[in-house]
Amino acid sequence: MVLGAPDADSAELYAETVTKGDPSWAGALAGVSLGLPVFHIMEPVIKDQVDPALAVEHLGLMEIALDVEKISAVLEKLRGAAN
Amino acid sequence: MLLKSRKVIIIGERDGVQGPAIEACVRSAGAEPVITQTQCFV
Repeated sequence: MVLGAPDADSAELYAETVTKGDPSWAGALAGVSLGLPVFHIMEPVIKDQVDPALAVEHLGLMEIALDVEKISAVLEKLRGAAN
Repeated sequence: MLLKSRKVIIIGERDGVQGPAIEACVRSAGAEPVITQTQCFV
C-alpha cells in the first residue's frame, strides 16, 4: 500500500489499520490484522524508484510541505513491528 | 521494497499527495495500481 497522507499522524492511522487492524475499533477492520506492507510515496525507498521527471512534477511541491523524516520514522516503526 | 511488477493499493489525500499523482509515480516504477483513492476530510 502506498500512502499520500499529509502528516505522520494520519499516515500512522492508515498504516496501523491495514497492518494490525483498526485502532479505533469502529470499522470493518477492527481486530483484523492484514499485515500489508505500507509505505509513503515520499519515503526515499519508494521515491527513488520513480521516474525523476514525474517525481518533480507530482511530488516536488509537497516534498517541501511534508515532514518526510517524521512520516518515514513512523512507518518504519510500524513495518518493523509487523515483521 | 521493489515496486516493479507489484500490485499496489493507493490511498492519496487531498491535503497531501493525491491518488492520481501517486498512481503516475508508481506506474513509472513498474508497479500495477489495483485501487486508487483520494481521501478528503473537509
